[in-house]
Amino acid sequence: MTAYLDGELSQRDRDRLEGHLAECPHCSEYLAQLRATIDALGHAHVDELSDNAVDELVTLYRRWSADAPPA
Amino acid sequence: MASLLCADADAAILQVTRAGDEAVVASPAVDDDAGLVERLRAGDESAFVELVRRYQPRLLRLAEATVGSRAVAEEVCQDTWLAVVRGVDRFEGRSSFKTWLFRVLLNRARTSASREQRAGHADGDVERFDANGAWAQPPVPWADQVDDRLVAERLARRVHDLLPALPDQQREVVVLRDVEGLDPLEVTSLLGITDGNQRVLLHRGRAKLRVLLSVDMGSDR
Repeated sequence: MTAYLDGELSQRDRDRLEGHLAECPHCSEYLAQLRATIDALGHAHVDELSDNAVDELVTLYRRWSADAPPA
Repeated sequence: MASLLCADADAAILQVTRAGDEAVVASPAVDDDAGLVERLRAGDESAFVELVRRYQPRLLRLAEATVGSRAVAEEVCQDTWLAVVRGVDRFEGRSSFKTWLFRVLLNRARTSASREQRAGHADGDVERFDANGAWAQPPVPWADQVDDRLVAERLARRVHDLLPALPDQQREVVVLRDVEGLDPLEVTSLLGITDGNQRVLLHRGRAKLRVLLSVDMGSDR
């Protein structure tokens, strides 16, 4: 668990937390579930960009540059 | 020394962060952005296409998480790209291109007319502890199930479906930190909030998602 504490807890608070976690299955499970939630968020599936979607934006770009050519 | 109560442990766990943020989210070659931005300024269409390929999927995801609708998100992204090509001359490179792009997107997403108000959501962390600081309803165990790759994949899909259930500010912070992997400084700068506020919003958002995932995982808290 220590690797997941970002060091902003003082050593004393960290020791107390770890002491509590070692004895409290509920808080250990809570922390494990939070970690699982964070991991799930970090493994988002990013949709592949379709050629069609790119084409639409390129059309937008061309329309804009026809109206306002770069200086 | 008095032993820690569960409620106090929760406060300490607020400090939890993910180790190795940058390793989790595959970041495009950010160094190349400056070169692409230069070429975009010069009117190079291929630079625009390259930036679109690099960022549009992430923009769409961020927009969708903010406005809650795919169709509106696509409009917001189009507006964003138009604002980028119009405003690229004014981009001074003081922040990274990515941060600037996200800021442009968030500004548009927030002013989007069809954005739903999502007031009235509970924070999801009330009444978890009794008057003695012990768990009122201890979490029903499921965390060890995510060792199964299929369960982890299901959880990853599900958690993104649940993002719209978060209050706006919590959702924005959770998406930027945990989905996009931005660091706390970038997020406080993007959203104009303090680091302490950022941390609390992140923790509340994560805690609420945990509760909602717990329902899916066959337990109630």
